[in-house]
Amino acid sequence: MAWIHFLKPKNQLEEGGRTAAPVQQDAGEPEKNCPNCHKDIPLSRLWANNLVCPCGYHFRMKARQRIKMIVDKDSFCERYAGLTAGNPLQFPGYREKVDTVRTASGEEEAVVCGTARIGGQSCCLFVMEPYFMMGSMGSAVGEKITALFEYAAEHRMPVVGFTVSGGARMQEGLLSLMQMAKTSAAVKRHSDAGLFYLAILTDPTTGGVTASFAMEADIILAEPGAMVGFAGARVIEQTTKKTLPRGFQKAEFVLEHGFVDGIVGRANQKRALTELLKMHHGG
Amino acid sequence: MSELPYDRVKLARQSGRPTGLDYIRNIFKGFIELHGDRRYGDDPAIVGGLARLKGSPVTVIAIEKGHTARERSYRNFGAPHPEGYRKALRLMKQAEKFGRPVVCFIDTSGAYCGVGAEERGQGQAIAENLMEMSSLCVPVIAILIGEGGSGGALALAVADRVWMLQNAVYSVISPEGCASILWKDAAQAEAAAASLKLTAEDAKSLGVIERILSEKDIGKKEFYDRIQKLLVEEIDVLSKDLDLVGRRYERFRRIGADVLSKESI
Repeated sequence: MAWIHFLKPKNQLEEGGRTAAPVQQDAGEPEKNCPNCHKDIPLSRLWANNLVCPCGYHFRMKARQRIKMIVDKDSFCERYAGLTAGNPLQFPGYREKVDTVRTASGEEEAVVCGTARIGGQSCCLFVMEPYFMMGSMGSAVGEKITALFEYAAEHRMPVVGFTVSGGARMQEGLLSLMQMAKTSAAVKRHSDAGLFYLAILTDPTTGGVTASFAMEADIILAEPGAMVGFAGARVIEQTTKKTLPRGFQKAEFVLEHGFVDGIVGRANQKRALTELLKMHHGG
Repeated sequence: MSELPYDRVKLARQSGRPTGLDYIRNIFKGFIELHGDRRYGDDPAIVGGLARLKGSPVTVIAIEKGHTARERSYRNFGAPHPEGYRKALRLMKQAEKFGRPVVCFIDTSGAYCGVGAEERGQGQAIAENLMEMSSLCVPVIAILIGEGGSGGALALAVADRVWMLQNAVYSVISPEGCASILWKDAAQAEAAAASLKLTAEDAKSLGVIERILSEKDIGKKEFYDRIQKLLVEEIDVLSKDLDLVGRRYERFRRIGADVLSKESI
């Protein structure tokens, strides 16, 4: 099977390696320091390579940029765009925080949903937004994801989802916690209808999102190096007073322990998604 | 009843309160404990098995904290590992097969945070419970008897009816965790407890639970008899519901939906 090898974990250095010419230092061009290889990479070059460093490190990516990268041109049709939660618990500082991140991220909430085509295949798509309270799930995120699965079940469509999340959103308290049950029930209905759900876990996918729809897909892929887990590493270290194993909760570690199907870098994601969608569509 | 939400948190954590096994032994008869998840091991933090409720067989599952220091350590202070959640799901699926109702007693600060728990898929175990419980074809009643710590509690609470003891708490995060993340100061736990709306009254007004159980005579026969009577009545009602799963779906479906503004859909 030709497609299966690009699902295998790759040597990180291979990722984008074909374009890895020595970095030219243009005076004045903005650069970003890579936390993996510690080199300064010109931003223009990162942008041209879907925010993947020549060393293979995957930088965080905004939801809209990811959609642009993955869907067929002009095929994305957004749904539930204006759906937002207020401050149901009157949690101190929440309103102000949301206003700030709205301005900074340009998004109304921490997930973007809609329908799209990927390699000609129609699907429902959700992409979480790392720059909106680190993709945390409150009522609006839960509602949008639930509604998307219900729409997909009704129209007999597969769902593709990119997760990134710090977990359930504290500021909406129990209402956030209940979104885990609500989204899971919608995934279950969609699944029981015989429909396909593919999740791609990106850095970081944790807490209440890992413990709900991120781990409920038929096929679960992860981006290289993505942190995937339930509890945060710092909390575990504090609880157990033990040093954590090397690579703990990295995608490669999670693959080794049997909780994701494969690791796919951005360069290969569209190809992988297209093929997997085709295989579940009968054509 | 205590006034400050943080006092409720302290009360809910008190070691003198009845634990899961106390409820099982006093409300049901002839408890037969069933062990293991058939995949990895047996988690002492979650006990489960068969028992009779006024003569009828039910599946009972409880998070157990233990009373003495030794018990508490053996029960991992009521913090379950993935195998605990998988054991619970196995017993619930068994209940479904044989048409028995399920009763869960919940008392945990949260699912255990540890290397082994992560290696064995704590998140996946909870996720699977949420998904499978949402479509279980038998009545499920969950009672929060002490601490309802986040996903670790919810993993046994995707139920047709969720009840809380008067001084139990139910929260997305511990007040200490919330304070240290938001205000970088765990000492602000009192303020966090108030903001999180984690008391039984809060949970009821948010539509997350149906009933608050009085703690009058807690630990005495009268107390357990009252809960037993409520369980018998409620299971009777739920057993007659021909759209149990549909109604359970709607129960969770509406939570949070009313706080949303829809500028455009």
